[in-house]
Amino acid sequence: MAGGRPPGDAALGTRPRPGSRVLRRFRRNRAAITGGVIVGLLAGVALLADRLPLRSPLQMRPPERMAGPSLAAPFGADSFGRDLLSRTVHGARLSLGVAIASVAAALGGGTLLGVVAGYAGGRTDQVIMRTMDVFFSFPAALLALGIVAALGPGSEHVVLAIAVVYTPIFARVVRGPVLALKEREFVEATRALGARGSAVVLRHIVPNLGSVLIVQTSVALSWAVLTEASLSFLGLSAQPPAPSWGAMLNEGRQNLELAPHLAVFPGVAIMLAVLGFNLLGDGLRDVLDPRAVAQ
Amino acid sequence: MRRYLAARLTALVPTLLGVSALTFLFLRLIPGDAIAVRLGTSTVLSAQQMAELRAYLGLDRPLPLQYLGWLSALVRGDAGYSIRTGQPVFTEIAARLPVTGELAFGATVVALAVGLPLGVGSALRPNSRLDMAARTFGLLGLSLPNFWLGTLFVLLLARYLRWMPNTGGYTGFALDPWANIRFLLFPAITLGVAMAAVVMRTARSAMLDALAADYIRTARAKGLAAVVVVGRHALRNSLIVVVTILGVQAGYLLSGAVVVEEIFSVPGLGRMLLTAITQRDYALVQGAVLIVAVVFVGVNTLVDLAYGWLDPRIRYQ
Repeated sequence: MAGGRPPGDAALGTRPRPGSRVLRRFRRNRAAITGGVIVGLLAGVALLADRLPLRSPLQMRPPERMAGPSLAAPFGADSFGRDLLSRTVHGARLSLGVAIASVAAALGGGTLLGVVAGYAGGRTDQVIMRTMDVFFSFPAALLALGIVAALGPGSEHVVLAIAVVYTPIFARVVRGPVLALKEREFVEATRALGARGSAVVLRHIVPNLGSVLIVQTSVALSWAVLTEASLSFLGLSAQPPAPSWGAMLNEGRQNLELAPHLAVFPGVAIMLAVLGFNLLGDGLRDVLDPRAVAQ
Repeated sequence: MRRYLAARLTALVPTLLGVSALTFLFLRLIPGDAIAVRLGTSTVLSAQQMAELRAYLGLDRPLPLQYLGWLSALVRGDAGYSIRTGQPVFTEIAARLPVTGELAFGATVVALAVGLPLGVGSALRPNSRLDMAARTFGLLGLSLPNFWLGTLFVLLLARYLRWMPNTGGYTGFALDPWANIRFLLFPAITLGVAMAAVVMRTARSAMLDALAADYIRTARAKGLAAVVVVGRHALRNSLIVVVTILGVQAGYLLSGAVVVEEIFSVPGLGRMLLTAITQRDYALVQGAVLIVAVVFVGVNTLVDLAYGWLDPRIRYQ
């Protein structure tokens, strides 16, 4: 949400090299570090979910229904007597899995479309970008909701929906820098030396999009986690008994007055994940964009 | 200005055509036969009957022709009927749209009332305690899922304060303004917090940019009072950026309303959409998505026009 600056444009040509100034700036940026640590921890927990000494996320223990936090079950148990800590941990895997898969698809598709539009120009550009504009005419989360409504509930449909919604955003973010890079002397020189279009694009244009894409990916991941969680809250993502944060929160809602802990832990988990990606995105923007004022 | 207005409105035509085409295709996305979808699972027809019905509904025609037929009905105000209630889709929507409008308006008021002073204040005193607090709010507000905030509000109100503002049900503003505001207060706060965070961040960075500009130095140098420099020069220029963001945020409000209306039982468009989705009432879903997109496009056009009013430098070609 930086002021009126065109996204990306400023960060052109700062290809991060290990040990370079960029890395040093990253280490000094508190937001980036904090975000990185949160995201790293969540990713670690998600990867190791099966190996951690936890109870099964699915096993129901009726006597423990809605039991509050205790030593044996630090997060307490849900309305079916399932261990809430284990469900929250396994939920990280589901949530991050959906977010990463959908953003990866949007990143690939959007970059391809944006690069083709920007590099080819002319009619190709017009057709691609006007089509993208149609998607921008829908509120993003509502478009995702509509797609899932049509395809039916399920986390794989949520992946598809988020990918479709985010592809135009990547395309738009990438196109501007491509337009600028295309006119730069080193690209012109490569073309003058007789390089084929695909070689110019792959070797000289795409690598220079790095910083734009890294920042946008972090922002996209925070949006994807939030959107998956809201769709899951509405019952449209992973179906029970899968441990999905949004759905856990919604289940907890029925018994809120008896067991407030049901609403607390999944909510904190969602917020931490979103906060982590937001911090990382903010920090990366400062680090990779030398002109940006510290926000 | 008039020529710009005309150009801007003409540009709406292809946009709205695109929106309608995508919304039309939405029904085709649904796995399974269009007729089976319409009839639900209870009715079983013979192949012969299916073919007749298919021809009767025009489903045997090529897709572009079907789209044109649907579009021309749409223009005449016919978006089909709800399977559940039998009412015209647009009638159902018209009954709910004002409620969602009130909610979105309330959320915008909350967002501006909280976000603007925080953003401007923190830009005037960078790295002060107020700035730190505002930036923390900006980050947390962005990361706080509105459905969680809403759930916590319900918990807080019901369990600890024993106050149930929503037991009375929704009352129209014209009928009883006080009851209306009381009912929508917490839903509006819930919906408005994330937007307040965005407004704060935008206002802050726009103010910082503006305060660093040359014309501000000039204004200060010629001895204008600080209030005038900030109020008339910096703030006015920052507002342009904030207004732009409000257009984008309209999309957040319209989709966020689905969750917030569900949590607080607000009888708006979002809740209707959700019910329609779970009941597989596709004509209603389609109509609601279409209307929301049209409202969104309309709001953003208005925002574009507001530029010219706020920023005389913009000369429309």
